[in-house]
Amino acid sequence: MKADPLARRIPWAVLVFLAAACVPWLGSRFYTFLATDIAILALLAASLNLLLGYTGLVSFGHAAYFGIGAYTCAILMKSYGVSFALGLATATVAAGACALLFGAFCVRSSQIYFSMLTLAFAQIVWAICFKWNSVTGGEQGLSNVPYPNLGWMSSLPVLGGLRAGDHYYLLVLILVGLAFAVLKRIVESPFGSTLTAIRENPERAEFVGINVRRYQLAAFVVAGAFAGWAGALFGIFNRGVFPDFAHWSKSAEVLIMAIMGGIGHFWGPAVGAAILILLNQQINAYTQYWPLILGLILIILVFVFPSGVFGAVHSGLQRLRRHRHA
Amino acid sequence: MLDPAFLLAQCISGLTAAMFLFIVASGLSLIFGVLRVLNFAHGSFYMIGAYMAWQITHWAGANSVSFWIAVPGAALAVALLGGIVERLCLRHLYGRAELYQLLFTYALVLILGDVARIVWGTQQLTVPRPAGLAGGLEVLGIVVPHYNLFIIALGPAIALACWLLLSRTGTGRMVRAAAYDREMLAALGADVGKLYTLMFMAGSFLAGLGGALVTPVRSIVPGMDVDIIVEAFIVVVIGGLGSFWGTFLGAIIFGQVLAFGILILPGFSIFAVFVLMAFVLVVRPAGLLGRAVKR
Repeated sequence: MKADPLARRIPWAVLVFLAAACVPWLGSRFYTFLATDIAILALLAASLNLLLGYTGLVSFGHAAYFGIGAYTCAILMKSYGVSFALGLATATVAAGACALLFGAFCVRSSQIYFSMLTLAFAQIVWAICFKWNSVTGGEQGLSNVPYPNLGWMSSLPVLGGLRAGDHYYLLVLILVGLAFAVLKRIVESPFGSTLTAIRENPERAEFVGINVRRYQLAAFVVAGAFAGWAGALFGIFNRGVFPDFAHWSKSAEVLIMAIMGGIGHFWGPAVGAAILILLNQQINAYTQYWPLILGLILIILVFVFPSGVFGAVHSGLQRLRRHRHA
Repeated sequence: MLDPAFLLAQCISGLTAAMFLFIVASGLSLIFGVLRVLNFAHGSFYMIGAYMAWQITHWAGANSVSFWIAVPGAALAVALLGGIVERLCLRHLYGRAELYQLLFTYALVLILGDVARIVWGTQQLTVPRPAGLAGGLEVLGIVVPHYNLFIIALGPAIALACWLLLSRTGTGRMVRAAAYDREMLAALGADVGKLYTLMFMAGSFLAGLGGALVTPVRSIVPGMDVDIIVEAFIVVVIGGLGSFWGTFLGAIIFGQVLAFGILILPGFSIFAVFVLMAFVLVVRPAGLLGRAVKR
């Protein structure tokens, strides 16, 4: 099971982060756009994986917390002129608080019932976004969400020549990187190990004195808060927030990202997000039937590569190594 | 302010919506009860049923019987589709984690949605009300369409028929046994595989039937699959997953809350339904008539 020691020693995460930071200098507005999209959704997928891969809870309503974060930050910044930092913090807290409220009901049921409840609560959030015209803008959503004031970046030596979108991208990259670092610390902490124990066998975890529901709820809140963080960043990136952010098809999309990359690995969902977004860009150029293609990909995934890209690569490498040793 | 005619109209429209929803949701509940699969594609089957009904009336031409051929025809076509899906794909996922079953049925939602768009386009399609039921009945100054009364009568009839099938026939007994403990049933030598296919087809039949019956009242549009599935989920959650009469009760409550929620929260009646669901879950996590779930 031991991976190649050399490959182990390379700090892949740092390398990817540094490479991603170079994207604005490629000069294309489109590349920066794609990279921002990927960075934010990678975080969203990774936050879902705290439930899916680490705690063994299949949430079908993760988009709700993404939506709550996006709406909270956008409404505060647009309607109340609040600063970006305060908007982002409030969005994260709001998403976490809603996750606490809804999660308290959801963790009372297990397995499929849990999935249904998360879905139902997410639809409540969606219905509120869709109907509450005076605050959320209803079906039309809120557009023209202001950019945070990043003028100070222009006065920095290297960043001066970049566009506003590039400045925002660098900010997103730092904030997403920060969130990933915290998330990684969480899953490697004793708390993370307890979650894994619960995933493996809830009854036994209960026997050794773990309050399973309380841990599941804690994981739900943490995952919700990170989704809110991602949502706040996305609303500004998108220059608008729409009810679709909280719709259950969005939740399903995030689930697919996580599965595609591989829920057995910390970075799997992030890789899945990148693959899905790039694939979507490519295929949309040829056909309007992206859902059909996505459905077919999903069927292949379910039947042929259930452990995602990471799982497939891992087992491939193992086979290769066994071959070499034989 | 509370005009009795208005209340009656709301009540009738709520009941009609409830019966449509019951027909669809009972199929979802039946499939869940036996196969333990939460079928996201159930709404897609409903949509395909509606499109098939339009297609068959289109082929049969405008005459008095075309609708009565279209309804069973569409339901049977959807049952066949369900049987194929179960035999070819779903069957191989029973031993796997629920996540993969959910994802598979979600893949079907995506695929069937686009297939319907390719075959039938994106414009609204409508089916006229059947000749015998085109009129209306006047009560307290409001006109209740005959078709709505027909649906209100049909819902309980279907419920009763299903209940008799489940409680009085040998297959029904097997279905109840499978819902209770399927490993034990298999160990006793019953052909559980065949039972699963049969139940998936029966559930799909109900979805297709609901879709076909709704065509004279609502226009057929892309996206109707996703709308109905969430409503059907709420109904079975309120009633209790896998509980047949629970689904019936859940549908009636859903319809009435939707119809009268307008009085209390104009524009927010869908919200009233969600609040009701949350309330039911707090008081009875397994649903109104659901059995407590083994962890």
